[in-house]
Amino acid sequence: MRPDLDILAGLVGSGQRVLDLGCGDGALLENLISERDCSGLGVERELDDFHACIARGVPVTQGDLEEELPRFGAGDFDVAVLSLTLQAVSRPDRVLTEMKRVAPRLVVSLPNFAHWRLRATVALRGRMPVTDALPYQWFDTPNIHLCTIVDFEELATGLDLGIERRILIDANGRHAPKLTNRAPNLLAERAVYSLTA
Amino acid sequence: MLDGSARNALLPDGEPSGVGIVETKRAVVFEGDRPLTLASGATLPEVEVAYETYGELNAEKSNAVFICHALSGDAHAAGVHQGDDPNRPGWWDNIVGPGRALDTDRFFVICANVLGGCKGTTGPSSIDPASGKPYGLRFPLVQVRDLVETHRALLRELGIERLLAAVGGSLGGMQALQWAIDHPTEVDGAAIIAASARLSAQNIAFSAVAREAIMRDPDFAGGDYYENERRPDAGLALARMIGHITYLSEESMREKFGRRIQDAEVPRFGFDVDFQVESYLHYQGQSFVGRFDANTYLYMGRTMDYFDPFEDRVHVQQQIAQGETSFLVVSFDSDWRFSTEHARVLASELRGAGAPVTFQEISSPHGHDSFLFPDPAEYHRTVAGYLDRLATQKGIRPRQGLATAGGPG
Repeated sequence: MRPDLDILAGLVGSGQRVLDLGCGDGALLENLISERDCSGLGVERELDDFHACIARGVPVTQGDLEEELPRFGAGDFDVAVLSLTLQAVSRPDRVLTEMKRVAPRLVVSLPNFAHWRLRATVALRGRMPVTDALPYQWFDTPNIHLCTIVDFEELATGLDLGIERRILIDANGRHAPKLTNRAPNLLAERAVYSLTA
Repeated sequence: MLDGSARNALLPDGEPSGVGIVETKRAVVFEGDRPLTLASGATLPEVEVAYETYGELNAEKSNAVFICHALSGDAHAAGVHQGDDPNRPGWWDNIVGPGRALDTDRFFVICANVLGGCKGTTGPSSIDPASGKPYGLRFPLVQVRDLVETHRALLRELGIERLLAAVGGSLGGMQALQWAIDHPTEVDGAAIIAASARLSAQNIAFSAVAREAIMRDPDFAGGDYYENERRPDAGLALARMIGHITYLSEESMREKFGRRIQDAEVPRFGFDVDFQVESYLHYQGQSFVGRFDANTYLYMGRTMDYFDPFEDRVHVQQQIAQGETSFLVVSFDSDWRFSTEHARVLASELRGAGAPVTFQEISSPHGHDSFLFPDPAEYHRTVAGYLDRLATQKGIRPRQGLATAGGPG
């Protein structure tokens, strides 16, 4: 499993009812179900990913997560997961609010747009950055709501979400070096949060 | 549901039937000191079931896939009967066969006519042993769970104790659902397509009009028309016409017929059939009466009206917890008989009961009948992928001696 998924799975924990929004090929849910005694449901819009979930035996609803989320009942799940997807939804604030409604705990990961390499690209080259973590051109990117660690934490606090835990990770999804903690918003490429409603 | 006249349109271009020549077999599954006791408490002293099978049962008997048919379906799901037009195979031929979603190289596929049916399984047109005459309306009302028990009894006769999957569209999906709820340890997977867990008031209203059409036909004779010269053909045809309106989408009707005039350029301005859509409905009604029994139509309509498997949610939860059945729920966006909303409610009830459910709404122009079509390809892709996963989990491989596309592993 991808190292960042391992970190996410660790934050989700065992024996949880998990909703994975934008679950991709279902690798995280498969791990949670088979290794951590969770029950789960994914929501995935892309057909190839949806079929990959079926092939893994991961229960999944095919559809847009912003349309599907309001259909779930309050407290239907223990944990709602949003992995590297927040930046691609049309209203991140509403998605987080809805996640809070369907589950008391949220696990969210995001790319940090304030990482120094991205800053440098904009500041020195005057170009929108294209990196491994954000591989799209400005005109075709699905990432329409990029934010920084500081931005996200401000929004979370504003939505009365408690930051229970934050893990900084590198572009490969591994734990970032200790030094990163000195200036997370400048040095971390990604962050994973466990939030409580 | 579409009848035979349209079946050839349901096969991919020029593709022959996948399973070739087949025959309908019969088995007496309840008789003598072992009558069928229905959910209502009523009993049937003798029940015969008409069924067909495709593919081969493996040594472990783990590869059985049961096709549950819809209101007007029958046991002849795939292949061609000896002497029949090869262009008019069984009603779901496009999904059954080597390499198709219900892959007969891997699965032993069974389809049987339902209890209360008129295609070889005991129903209102069968002879009541007590009187020596057809049951007519003396046949007891049956519930979806009775349909399931009858087919379980058939499986017992065939030596099969569990299903890899129960698969069905519309009333067939309701049976697959009920099967998984009633016998969670006997079904690995249930694929529920274009179905509902609870008919809406509108559904019941359409059903009521169809029923009235039959029962108000002067030739209905209280259901005892079998020995009469005339049968309630007008009523049954009318019921079928009403049904057909609900099976097609507005879009498919517009595309197929628009406001075109049948066999003429200009309207005739009268009360006879003039528009093409009228001609089509008329034809569907007329061709139906030759192959279907009015009483069975009444019974199946009522079976669907009363279907409510989640009425006792606690019970369903307990049942689901006993097994490990996975569910696939599929709806079609142009289906307004059992709209996606029906499927969402069904999926949500199952999830609420603790079941793993995969759900997909597929975009298709064919309305409720979409479940019978091979297009869009996404539909069979999903069913195939779902069954493939169940098979892989059970270690089911293609039959030995057969070429495998992907090779071993």
